[in-house]
Amino acid sequence: MARFLPEVAFSHSSADDLQLLPLRFERLGADRYFLANMVGDGLLLSSDELNRVISLELAAGDGLYERAFSKLLVSRKGQRSQLQLLALRLRSRMAFLREATALHLFVVTLRCEHSCPYCQVSRRSADRERYDMSEETAMRALDVALSAPPQAIKIEFQGGEPLLNFELIRAIVEEAERRRGSLGKAIQFVITTNLALLTDDVLVFCRDHSIQISTSLDGPADLHNRNRPRPGGNSHALAVAGIHRVREALGKDSLGALMTTTEASLDRVEDIVDEYVRLGLDGVFLRPLSPYGFAIKTKQFAKYDANRWLRFYERGLRYIIDLNKRGIHFPEFYSALLLKRMLTDRPMGYVDLRSPAGIGLGALVYNYDGKVFASDEGRMLAEMGDRTFELGDLATDTYRSLIMSDKLVGLVSGSMTQCAPQCSTCAYEPHCGADPVYHHATQADSLGIKPLSGFCTRQKGIMRLLFELLEGSPEDAAVLRRWAA
Amino acid sequence: MTPLTLWGQALAVEGMGGGESRAVLRFRAAGSGGYHLDEHDAVLIHNADDAEIARAAGVQTAVFVARDIAASHGYVFPRRVSLPANFDYLGDGDIIGLNPRSRNLRVLYRRSSSHNSILVTERCNHYCLMCSQPPRDIDDGWILDEIAECLPLIDPTTRSIGFTGGEPLLEWRRFTRLLSIARTTLPETEIHVLTNGRGFASPEVVAAWAAVGSTKLCAGIPIYSAVDHIHDYVVQARDAFDETVLGILRLKDKDQRVEIRVVLHGITAPRIVETCSWIARNLPFVDHVALMGLENTGFALANQDLLWVDPLDYRSDLTAAVGILSSAGVKVSVYNLPLCLLDREIWPFAVQSISDWKNAYLPICGTCAVRDRCAGFFSTGRMRESRGILPLPPESLPARLSAMER
Ligand code: SF4
Ligand code: SF4
Repeated sequence: MARFLPEVAFSHSSADDLQLLPLRFERLGADRYFLANMVGDGLLLSSDELNRVISLELAAGDGLYERAFSKLLVSRKGQRSQLQLLALRLRSRMAFLREATALHLFVVTLRCEHSCPYCQVSRRSADRERYDMSEETAMRALDVALSAPPQAIKIEFQGGEPLLNFELIRAIVEEAERRRGSLGKAIQFVITTNLALLTDDVLVFCRDHSIQISTSLDGPADLHNRNRPRPGGNSHALAVAGIHRVREALGKDSLGALMTTTEASLDRVEDIVDEYVRLGLDGVFLRPLSPYGFAIKTKQFAKYDANRWLRFYERGLRYIIDLNKRGIHFPEFYSALLLKRMLTDRPMGYVDLRSPAGIGLGALVYNYDGKVFASDEGRMLAEMGDRTFELGDLATDTYRSLIMSDKLVGLVSGSMTQCAPQCSTCAYEPHCGADPVYHHATQADSLGIKPLSGFCTRQKGIMRLLFELLEGSPEDAAVLRRWAA
Repeated sequence: MTPLTLWGQALAVEGMGGGESRAVLRFRAAGSGGYHLDEHDAVLIHNADDAEIARAAGVQTAVFVARDIAASHGYVFPRRVSLPANFDYLGDGDIIGLNPRSRNLRVLYRRSSSHNSILVTERCNHYCLMCSQPPRDIDDGWILDEIAECLPLIDPTTRSIGFTGGEPLLEWRRFTRLLSIARTTLPETEIHVLTNGRGFASPEVVAAWAAVGSTKLCAGIPIYSAVDHIHDYVVQARDAFDETVLGILRLKDKDQRVEIRVVLHGITAPRIVETCSWIARNLPFVDHVALMGLENTGFALANQDLLWVDPLDYRSDLTAAVGILSSAGVKVSVYNLPLCLLDREIWPFAVQSISDWKNAYLPICGTCAVRDRCAGFFSTGRMRESRGILPLPPESLPARLSAMER
């Protein structure tokens, strides 16, 4: 019988045999660090352990070597597989770049019958002539949308309240369906509506054309009606009735609801979640207010800072996780999105959370007046007089001229987290994104100084929370993993 | 509990020449005559009637098991092979390779089995601590020729065929040529190759493998740990981890099917959660992961102190590992482990994986309600009994058990 070699014969002999792979770390507490590899997964370590990894004081069998190696933080010199795994995973994560501009937003009107003080689009209450999109403009917008490269695109109707200009929606959908066959494109339609003006006609049309509905629901009646005033003070009742009707006519999966957090929401996250569960919605997206439109004018935006919002979010998330532990599958969608990034390498081109940014490259917005914007928030800024994110005009521009414009290229390349101060050394960067519109709006600089950024504070806070939950409690982790699946 | 005999020596071989060249014989039942016999076909003679029919039909090659009826009845066939009684399970369509001079033979294919596995070489560049087929450094290139001769004789309705070693890729040019033959002669058959995958670190080898052009071809490649030195220690070869992982990436880059195999023993089982988390994160695109109980034979016996671990002691880790892989969307199975040693929630992943010729149960299994679906035990080597073997009462039988049935 031949002899077998002992375990030591297969380990490295000194630190000189080892090398560090690209890594970043974040201090979580007095003696706790999150050490991330190039694609953002990694280890929670004490400062002593962190120092040992970084100085390569690692011995086979000490446990730390094994943890660091299997997390792609170190490799032996000359090994190729560790680098190949990182390269492959990075390539997979960035594959969303192959699908440019899958989302096309049509602002078919800026008019709305609601008068929400937090309105971020600066809606108008009258003047159809001026604030409705014309059919001519709509058809030019469709030309641009259909000339974008992806095989599958999504067309979303926005407002104002888009149902106020439903005839135009009808015309756009019908024309798009006429043309999609010869172009070989799959097109999905979504209407974002408060549902107050929902009619049977609308429902039938939506059913016949597989149109999905996205609506707003801020919580129980008192909170919702306070946030979202309209004549009659019945926004909540109309929304709830609409939700039921939509689900009945179009099926459960064709409706999603979004909430916006106002100061009045901050103490009421359980009520908000309960309301979503009560209505049988399939999850909730806990969203902060954005710094645009009336939210700024009426000072709604300034009423709470990122830290207060984070406390609200954490309380809500824990409450939702508990619901899930009791057997209700009910994700918080923003966490689910981040968890997909943290736990998998599937390409995630979510337009608001990616780098290179999703402005233009992920979405284009066709405004009622024919102007084209790089994002929904970009047109919100324009209503406030800031045209930084206006890429052009449907009267003269093509998809190519919009996407290749110096303006867009400059905004995208100038905001990449991969090379931004703070972000480039941030352990969470692989899961985060560039938000040039937010930073432009709040700091007059599309890159932004991250330690002063509410966006960054929220991002760090949520990701840190998610990592702690994943590490800290197997039951919580099981719930979160299901959301990412 | 003894395994079927797959290797042995013929009692007598006559009329087959005495040179070095080996013969590949496919057995045919004597039946009622009217044969269309290939030059490789040999008719099985069990009694005087068989012998008469075969003689009348002009059969050239006759095979006798246990008793040379022809001799006792005075029939003469130009070529005759006489086998000992432990080969009496062989039947119509089965194939053997025979060295007429030494009379050594091995069974290459059994038509009635769903576990046909053909040894390609005994040579290997690994020396795994638990190897069930300890490698030998010999010149056994003739085996490839024998297989090439055997492949066209295999029943084309066979569902799957395995190739194993040793390390088949050591002779990758000749081996991939063999795979191309199999693709032509057995177009519907799943071809499963057990390889350590290191050869695939070379693009040339991957190109040759991909050029076989078969969607039925799958490489089963072991990875024993997410950590380089632990894997290298188990396989007793430096740099094995690096080359194997690289090989898997190259295969998947060419859209080839890959199964990762993890044998569970004293070194690998304690790390199974780490290993499977690593697979889920880094190689979620592999086609299948098999988590496999240890076959206590070969080197595993020599290294028992190091390797034996009662599956009861890694039971909950195994459940966690299966959960991690399946929730990452990776297809996973548990091989070679009895159901009574597995948590109920992973029963749907358990497969009756032990090859029929070496599969057995314990006497107490006779009263067990799930015996028909249990993987049971290896009859090879020396069995180590777990503390957890426990026949299950009838109410434990779930309506649907196998992942395949879902
Ligand atoms: S914005 Fe903040 S959390 Fe996001 S990558 Fe930059 S520094 Fe990190
Ligand atoms: S008692 Fe025997 S047949 Fe029953 S599960 Fe255990 S090993 Fe299998």
